[in-house]
Amino acid sequence: MAGKTLYDKLWDSHLVKQRDDGSALIYIDRHLLHEVTSPQAFEGLRLAGRKPWRIDTNLATPDHNVPTTGRARGIDGIDDPVSKVQVETLDRNCEEFGITEFGMLDQRQGIVHVISPEQGATLPGMTIVCGDSHTSTHGAFGALAHGIGTSEVEHVLATQCLVQKKMKNMLVRVNGQLGAGVTAKDVVLAIIGRIGTAGGTGCAIEFGGEAIRSLSMEGRMTLCNMAIEAGARAGMVAVDDTTIDYVRGRPFAPKGDQWEMAVKAWRELHSDDDAVFDKVVELDGADIQPQVTWGTSPEMVTGIDGMVPDPAAESDPIKREGIVRALKYMGLQPSMPISEIKLDRVFIGSCTNSRIEDLREAAGVVKGRKVAPTLKQALVVPGSGLVKAQAEAEGLDKIFIEAGLEWRDPGCSMCLAMNADKLGPGEHCASTSNRNFEGRQGFGGRTHLVSPAMAAAAAIAGHFVDVREMMN
Amino acid sequence: MRAFVTHTGIVAPMDRANVDTDMIIPKQFLKSIKRTGFGPNLFDELRYLDEGKPDQDSSQRPLNPDFMLNQDRYRNASILLARRNFGCGSSREHAPWALEDYGFRAIIAPSFADIFYNNCFKNGLLPIVLDEKSIDKLFQETFDEEGFQLAIDLEAQTVTTPSGETFAFEVDGFRKHCLLKGLDDIGLTLEDADAIKAYEAQRRQVSPWLFGG
Ligand code: SF4
Repeated sequence: MAGKTLYDKLWDSHLVKQRDDGSALIYIDRHLLHEVTSPQAFEGLRLAGRKPWRIDTNLATPDHNVPTTGRARGIDGIDDPVSKVQVETLDRNCEEFGITEFGMLDQRQGIVHVISPEQGATLPGMTIVCGDSHTSTHGAFGALAHGIGTSEVEHVLATQCLVQKKMKNMLVRVNGQLGAGVTAKDVVLAIIGRIGTAGGTGCAIEFGGEAIRSLSMEGRMTLCNMAIEAGARAGMVAVDDTTIDYVRGRPFAPKGDQWEMAVKAWRELHSDDDAVFDKVVELDGADIQPQVTWGTSPEMVTGIDGMVPDPAAESDPIKREGIVRALKYMGLQPSMPISEIKLDRVFIGSCTNSRIEDLREAAGVVKGRKVAPTLKQALVVPGSGLVKAQAEAEGLDKIFIEAGLEWRDPGCSMCLAMNADKLGPGEHCASTSNRNFEGRQGFGGRTHLVSPAMAAAAAIAGHFVDVREMMN
Repeated sequence: MRAFVTHTGIVAPMDRANVDTDMIIPKQFLKSIKRTGFGPNLFDELRYLDEGKPDQDSSQRPLNPDFMLNQDRYRNASILLARRNFGCGSSREHAPWALEDYGFRAIIAPSFADIFYNNCFKNGLLPIVLDEKSIDKLFQETFDEEGFQLAIDLEAQTVTTPSGETFAFEVDGFRKHCLLKGLDDIGLTLEDADAIKAYEAQRRQVSPWLFGG
């Protein structure tokens, strides 16, 4: 019999019951909640007179709606009354049901996918869900993590389980080493460029290969975060010393004997040598250039030395139509060099790239330089209160401010512009977030996805440039 | 949940690939703490010429005449015909809520994003996968014939055109059963409460750190 993949192992160890019709009940170890996708689930519980099955697996924080300035005012700092009600509703629900919440004034507050790993609430071998598609982030720890809808949020609250069908196993192997100035963000964008936004549909993707093994936990989180942008609900990376070193000593991590016991179990969390994958894709790390998206889907991406495509060269009529539509929305001409795209704003943040390492990379580029005068705004939004504190302790905030970037309070911010941070119609933004969909960062806004280093370089130049030319 | 057994209705063509959930229901409407009332903001940025705001009377807003749902022939549609990778992006269940609230009962596409596909079944909305060739044909017939209707039979797993041409589709047994009966799957899972408790007891032995030590 063939060996097991990492996904097979995680699935098997959480199988409560296999049903005859092919569906299965899967146990959930960690449930994360935020204000946008949970209110209707709590309301559903109340209407049905149900209680949460197990309180201690739940962890909540407001992140999508929170303002990134004037945090000291707490909930009163939210100007939009509708946003305010949503955050208040989360506070009230957590209080009523006894769920741990890092509220707006808690230093541990932040983007849900940043705070859980930071606290050690994300552990190897867990099943982790959240009413948020970027829950795939947590797969970086050798966990099975994916987004769910609000009905499933209610289902997990009420039963601690989900009804699931097993996904297919897909391996994306990145061989060799990445060049200098090439980051996890570039790797994942290059992967999506290769397999497309539906390339991983129906699959759990394991990322492997030498280039992936060399990534830090922050880098692995960036990678798994965007598995969903390749269509895969779950992305994952096998456990190794990097994983264990990161988890050790975090507040929610096991201690003492239990730590030893846990580490022993976690060491098994990798695919067996003879495991069989349904699909395998291989890339060479050395071939990957810093990436920039030019269109309205993450698969519309190319290297910094590339050009905006010419739809006339595309043979698939549906794709051709997609390119024509995207260029119109983005206000770009066919065959225009990527480096000629001028920018109005820069956003460094989001659950993809707002961790300390991301901020260090960006600060390294802007240090001693000034933001281009043609730029309307360059925002840096740390992923959590603790990331913010760490960055300030390292003096990164000063580097950003001196260079002319704004240093903000933690939250999702301009990633989806549910708070006050947004693009105006027609504005081009170099963004470290994960989605360049029409209107995502503001009505009519034009998003280009890049790494933190590339966003920082673009902030200085006012247009896209190869960050490698600015490093010495 | 509303059951789905059979449905016959007018087809509306959403002729573009990778329709994401931001497009189906933009973020400013996710601030609601209710499950209903999203219909007027379905496809908001495509449907209206101005920028939509929550808590606004959408009946007074300028419509984009080019958007298909604003054309008389598709106004009463209840079946959405779409292209590949429909529903990609965010997990927001507000997307199926908005489609359902507008009056859609089924969506037919060559492929769907996983989370969206799953969310549909929880809301009495049937997502149907047909191959690209059949989809192309259905688009053509929808464009050619005003008031083009399809008849969907979930029990038989078929979609039938007015001329009697029938397309078969696949659907997972458990989801089909729940949708046919309009069942609440939390209630069904709780029938297995003993199995869940037994799992927890065993897991607590092997991995005590997952249970607070
Ligand atoms: S940062 Fe963006 S992608 Fe991440 S959880 Fe927040 S809104 Fe979603």
